[in-house]
Amino acid sequence: MHLHPVGRSAVLAEVRDAVQALDLATWARSTGVDAGEVVPAARTVLFDGVADPAALRDLLAGWSPSGRPPEGERVEVPVVYDGPDLGFVADAWGTDVAGVVTRHSEVEYVAAFCGFAPGFSYLSGLPADLAVPRLEAPRARVEPGSVGLAGTWCGVYPTASPGGWRLLGRTAVTLWDPTRDRPALLAPGTRVRFVPR
Amino acid sequence: MTALHVLATGPLVTVQDRGRHGLAHLGVARAGALDAPAAALANRLAGNDADAAVLEAVLGGLELRAEDGGCWVAVTGAGRDHARAEWLAAGATLRVETPTSGVCSYVAVAGGIAVPPVLGSRSTDTLAWVGPPRVEAGTVLPVGEPHGQPRPLDAPRPPRRGPLRVRVGPRADWFADDAIERLCATSYAVAADSNRIGLRLDGPSIPRIRTDELPSEGMVLGAVQVPPDGVPIVFLADHPPTGGYPVLAVVEEDDLWQCAQLRPGEAVRFTPARPGPARRDSALQLRAGSTD
Repeated sequence: MHLHPVGRSAVLAEVRDAVQALDLATWARSTGVDAGEVVPAARTVLFDGVADPAALRDLLAGWSPSGRPPEGERVEVPVVYDGPDLGFVADAWGTDVAGVVTRHSEVEYVAAFCGFAPGFSYLSGLPADLAVPRLEAPRARVEPGSVGLAGTWCGVYPTASPGGWRLLGRTAVTLWDPTRDRPALLAPGTRVRFVPR
Repeated sequence: MTALHVLATGPLVTVQDRGRHGLAHLGVARAGALDAPAAALANRLAGNDADAAVLEAVLGGLELRAEDGGCWVAVTGAGRDHARAEWLAAGATLRVETPTSGVCSYVAVAGGIAVPPVLGSRSTDTLAWVGPPRVEAGTVLPVGEPHGQPRPLDAPRPPRRGPLRVRVGPRADWFADDAIERLCATSYAVAADSNRIGLRLDGPSIPRIRTDELPSEGMVLGAVQVPPDGVPIVFLADHPPTGGYPVLAVVEEDDLWQCAQLRPGEAVRFTPARPGPARRDSALQLRAGSTD
């Protein structure tokens, strides 16, 4: 783990990948880490609002990757697979549309981190050989509930926005609702399965 | 109960408090008043505690009428060196004129703007529009119950406008060794597309020595992010919680209020922050404000 100072009250911890970042963020929260924000991302965890960065460095020195899968809540997301990029993904994966549905829905994903928009989770779990490139030019509008792929990430758009992910289908589940106790359905650590409808 | 009827607005009026904390990991921006010391001063003058919500008006143009009773109000920020609390009688109108200098004005009302909080804050985030809707003509804003006395006087903010102090990192190694010297030797001009998300600049670019893509990582308030065109952007209150361009340096939080008051075309300079303990002026102000 490499630690970078970020201004006077934040530290960026760099680890191997998103799985380790989530592991570190979960561990740090469980220790009651003194930080206003703990933000896992693709290869880092940002600790922001830290009163004593030196004490945080000491604490983080005590972490080692657990190697265990996260024990977050399990969520099933029903999906109608009728997205505009099914054909592209089928070609990329050397299969047909039914094959895409099977491969996409047989993976248990883990919400590694949020970004891009409130409640937009980057879901890890797709094997590296199924990575697909983003659209060359993003769509001006992607509907809420759209399920897409970019690289090996899977994601569900919580709100309407421009977007460049390859769209496989859509869900009627509400991903983001600030009036709920858990505003983001797929908060970091959540385990996710897509169920074909 | 007193309410404020909005008769007119300028380019952008939003409700702001000290922001929405602890939710960056869900992709939620902090938001909050851009010129935090000016908002805190307005609250102190109006007899509010530091967490009360105020109105932030970009380039003035705001007109409010008190309804169902009068209230104490205080206007601070752009172009106002000597603010004080004023009584706004029922039916009377408060006008926040377009300032001759600066950008953001703050209106505090005794009792605070009492729109329903969203995720623990009344701040409007203009990146994803989390929080109360933007304030438009015709909006009626509820006002909370005052529980402090307005203050006739408050020590004005010490005039300490100057170069934005920066600390190096976290991604200085993505740039040439002299990148910080270049940043601090340049007089940038504020670009017209600056907003609550970031202070955008016009000026020479800072070349990268790494051209690969940085995986998305958490971003802090005041981050000096350098996109592929090489011209830095300073992240302000509504910045995205994660980003994929390297951060060369971070502006000291005590200096960020200046970014709220810089107009397009005005000059901005950076300077290395002196090592050692941080300056504590804003903390002292907060403490002074919490003795009400």
